[in-house]
Amino acid sequence: MVSEASVWAIFLLPLAAFVIIALVIRPFFNRYAGLSGLLLIAALAVSLFLSILALGAVAMGQEPELQAYRWLDLGDAVIELSPLLDPLTAVMAVVVTSVSLMVQIYSLGYMKGDPGYARYFAYMALFTSAMLGLVLVANILVLYAFWELVGVSSYLLIGFWHDRPAAAAAAKKAFIITRIGDLGLLIAILYLFFQADEFAAAGMNAFHIPDIWQAVQPLGAGGAILAGTGLTWLTLGIFAAAVGKSGQFPLHSWLPDAMEGPTPVSALIHAATMVAAGVFLVGRFYPVFLAAESTLTVVALIGAFTALMAATMGLVMNDIKRVMAYSTVSQLGYMMAALGLGAFPAAIFHLVTHASFKALLFLGAGSVNHATGTFNMQYMGGLRQHMPLTYLLVVIGGLSLVGIFPLSGFWSKDEILVSAWTGGGVVEPWVSQATLIMLGIGVLLTAFYTLRMIYMTFHGEFRGGVEQEQLDTGADSHGDDVQDTGDHGGLHLAESPVVMVAPMVILGIGAVVLGFISNPQWIDLFGVPKHWITELFEHGVAPVLSSDAPHLVLPKFSLQIAAISTVIALIGIGLATAMYARGSRQYSSAVRRDRDPLEAGGPLHRLLAEKYYIDALYEDAVVRLAFYRAFAGAIDWLDKNVVDRIGDVIATIFRNVGRIFLAPLQTGEVQAYGLAVALGTLIILLGFLLV
Amino acid sequence: MSLEAVLIIAAILFAIGLYGALARRNALVVLMSIELMFNAVNLTFVGLARYIVPAGIQQDLGTLLTGQVFAVFIITVAAAEIALGLGIVFAMYRNSESVDLTDAVELRN
Repeated sequence: MVSEASVWAIFLLPLAAFVIIALVIRPFFNRYAGLSGLLLIAALAVSLFLSILALGAVAMGQEPELQAYRWLDLGDAVIELSPLLDPLTAVMAVVVTSVSLMVQIYSLGYMKGDPGYARYFAYMALFTSAMLGLVLVANILVLYAFWELVGVSSYLLIGFWHDRPAAAAAAKKAFIITRIGDLGLLIAILYLFFQADEFAAAGMNAFHIPDIWQAVQPLGAGGAILAGTGLTWLTLGIFAAAVGKSGQFPLHSWLPDAMEGPTPVSALIHAATMVAAGVFLVGRFYPVFLAAESTLTVVALIGAFTALMAATMGLVMNDIKRVMAYSTVSQLGYMMAALGLGAFPAAIFHLVTHASFKALLFLGAGSVNHATGTFNMQYMGGLRQHMPLTYLLVVIGGLSLVGIFPLSGFWSKDEILVSAWTGGGVVEPWVSQATLIMLGIGVLLTAFYTLRMIYMTFHGEFRGGVEQEQLDTGADSHGDDVQDTGDHGGLHLAESPVVMVAPMVILGIGAVVLGFISNPQWIDLFGVPKHWITELFEHGVAPVLSSDAPHLVLPKFSLQIAAISTVIALIGIGLATAMYARGSRQYSSAVRRDRDPLEAGGPLHRLLAEKYYIDALYEDAVVRLAFYRAFAGAIDWLDKNVVDRIGDVIATIFRNVGRIFLAPLQTGEVQAYGLAVALGTLIILLGFLLV
Repeated sequence: MSLEAVLIIAAILFAIGLYGALARRNALVVLMSIELMFNAVNLTFVGLARYIVPAGIQQDLGTLLTGQVFAVFIITVAAAEIALGLGIVFAMYRNSESVDLTDAVELRN
């Protein structure tokens, strides 16, 4: 049913689209740039179809025979190119291709008329193929290459409008901060490389991911290849890369800045797929993580803490995309926490539903921007009347994010909370309790900021959009304040075109039904067996788990938890409604100061609005003080006073030797030189004659 | 006349030319001395070609005349060289109103 070629094609089709767009259409046929979007959409549609086939094959246990191609021989370590088709790969491939397809269709409308139209789709194609390559490969080194390729295309897309200083700086920041985490993955790979002979002795390949899973199992008498401190550091290294990519604390600060890119890019990369790659990476090595309890504790605590902290920052942002960016960081924290608690299927379930409703929310933000020309919610308001469809869809996406029955986010978030509640024995009880508390507060905050966003954007009266914003901020003189004006800077209050709304409708339907389709809780629904994702992942992971490793946590739906979390969410909704529902009156500069009720918080509000001063800490303390001044200063001193001094001394010696001994010989008289040549020749000749 | 006599005359000519090229201060005389050295070499070529011809390849006219051909070739090159040399001497004279080589020491030290 599914052949090896079709598995490769999932990844190769978008790659082919990239090659054609970047190397043929853009340089030679830029007049037909309009084709590039359609080409990518066609490639992705086929990829999506093949991914669904692959998922079906995996679900029924009919994986095709997959061949490994030898690429490089490095002694004991052999680098092979081969796809790895397991439940995680299949689910991720479907998520990536489907969200990407929706986003590309949306981009047809959103990017219309942009001078970089073909370039945009070339980058998008590169990103999608790199992401698919990342989820498909079975070799950790090749995975690392795709991991970086994903980072590069993210960099290119954040800085897509590279003539805007804020976008260029955000792109650089994203790339550098994620690179810090990637160093961990590199170290993990190097560690595996040094274990290569032990792997080879056991008939395994240190770079082959299923072999790495096996390596935590005890081998006869000698114990496991990966165990103890080495295993802890290995998993922490992998987790560090995941922290960087998924915007977890303390490497979260790039993600909100990444919103400088075009909105469809934010939807696809910085909400639905690439940032979920960190969750995917931990999931990819989950059997290894399960053997390292201390790492799982770190994963759970960092995830839960990030979920809480990002949510607090999301409370006070006025930029609609930044609210969603912090919300993304927070939801990724939920997934990480679930991974840390051993609830692998729950994390992936949340990844799937989150991809759908968060992409929907971002596309909604783009749609709102299309109408108002701004992302600043202080200049929106009242859009409910002008764009009812967008309003409806954003409400669906928002309530799904909050976790309201029966939307998809309700089911997946419930599974995570249940696993924190039951603990499951993978980590110490206090860890799961702390996680539960942080995640519970997170639910309250999520409800509040989501509803605040909806009320500020869609309710009350319209507050002038981009025109009013330019009046207030002094217009173009500092473009940093007016974000993403791009080519849709104009103010035209109307529903967005069909190509933009249609993908949102599809994602909205996904946000409603995904909870049932992808993991129905109680019953076999419309032929979909209950809990199939959970069981699929359990069956995918169980065979490679060592007998003494803790088992996966497989939460079942719990009515108590659902009721409690719903009540918490409703409290958040109620608070937001009380504070924001009526919206503010017609905008005027005079009342701007006291409009946001949260500003009553005073210093606390300021702390949140300044993002806990973490950006300031990184930029002023780490970059400017520690790096520029201390480190670069020390290097500069060394260069000037040691390296240069040595060079100067040597040069002085030779210059003086030349001046004293050689310069007098250079009389400038050609005949003197000629005499020297003649005498020299004569002496050589005499030498020949005499000897 | 033997080969020795030819070679001795050529050596004397060369020595005179070398002395003139190294010792005379007038650039024109130096050029003429260089011509002398060329001709000393020509004489050697012709003389050697006349007296020492490799055995066994005498039938081949090209081999037989190698020395003479070289001499003609050198004369041609010498003509070109003297044209160039005179040009330089003219340029030097225009610059400094002198053809004394000891004045042309700008590249000293």
